[in-house]
Amino acid sequence: MRLLTHNMLSSNIKGVTNGFPLRMEVGKVVEKTVDFNADFLRNMFAKVEWNALVEGSKALGYFELPDNVESSMLESDEFLHKFHHALLELHLEQGALICPETGRRFPVSKGIPNMLLHEDEV
Amino acid sequence: MCIMIPKIAQIPLVSSHPEVYDPCDDSFALVDALLADRANLLEHQPSICMEIGCGSGYVITSLALLLGGNSSAYYIATDINPHAVRVTQETIEAHGCHVELVITDIASGLEKRLNRLVDVLVVNPPYVPTPEEEVGCSGITSSWAGGVNGRDVIDRILPVADKILSDRGWLYLVTLSENNPLDICLQMRRKGYASRIILQRSTQEENLHIIKLWRDSETLLEENECMGLKKTNRVKNMNPIPFPQVSVWGCDSRNNR
Repeated sequence: MRLLTHNMLSSNIKGVTNGFPLRMEVGKVVEKTVDFNADFLRNMFAKVEWNALVEGSKALGYFELPDNVESSMLESDEFLHKFHHALLELHLEQGALICPETGRRFPVSKGIPNMLLHEDEV
Repeated sequence: MCIMIPKIAQIPLVSSHPEVYDPCDDSFALVDALLADRANLLEHQPSICMEIGCGSGYVITSLALLLGGNSSAYYIATDINPHAVRVTQETIEAHGCHVELVITDIASGLEKRLNRLVDVLVVNPPYVPTPEEEVGCSGITSSWAGGVNGRDVIDRILPVADKILSDRGWLYLVTLSENNPLDICLQMRRKGYASRIILQRSTQEENLHIIKLWRDSETLLEENECMGLKKTNRVKNMNPIPFPQVSVWGCDSRNNR
């Protein structure tokens, strides 16, 4: 699971109002090289919740992302490469996503999060 | 003359599992419809592509391949059947692609953040008319059991699609004639979608229709005017809502593959 996907997931338990971002319990992190595409990154920048990405990357052991961003930084090659690495190349392979409100644990196994709910959570 | 044939997923590389639906006529029809629409898809330059109910992974892998690689778009696929998601992962890896996967019901857990972000959504839903109690069963049954008229799951997917499709979002949906595809088009027209049946194919068992739906500001405007007229009762004998502009493109691109 890429951090981009972590950025698109929130707790889906019935009644939860503050389900984003999911906390990460890290078992195993893998890095996979992905072709760099600046246009794609600029496009995704507007769609990503920055704070969640920064926290997520820290949880996976990457501390290079700046806490504060502005769109002018998208002109910087250095920034784009860091953004690229955090967003696409870091994967949570084993671990869990934790609902920030209820503490409910959604397992991540072989890089795939399981968001299926029990009957009493729907 | 050499004609470039766009790559799609290769059947020998598609993984399988006893509890996962293998690619069949419906999957081929959807991929053929995507192939036939490839020029438009390339021009569309989607940045987020999604499949709900990825099964074997044949369709999302084909979409990623026919759009020419991975680096320009984010691909994400879901399935309620964990075996299907594993099989999809194997299929994707066998083709050297990358698609993010989530085990979930439709887009549960993704809807909020994907709100109005998805540019291309492909869905081959469980469309087979079955007894109500088969809907929601686990394993391979979840790949076909569609309840009354095969519409149970389709009717749950449509509002989700409406939520997550971007302003320029396109939905490709597999339906059977028993699902009443024209009613689906009409229902989505009320939400401002234009539609077209881009492929129709009869097999021994099924009469398949692949519908393409997209947000259309004119359709929305017409619908709003129509509703406005209804509310103010300015027209006494109003005609029924005009039938959606559905046209059928007869095409059978499988022969050309």
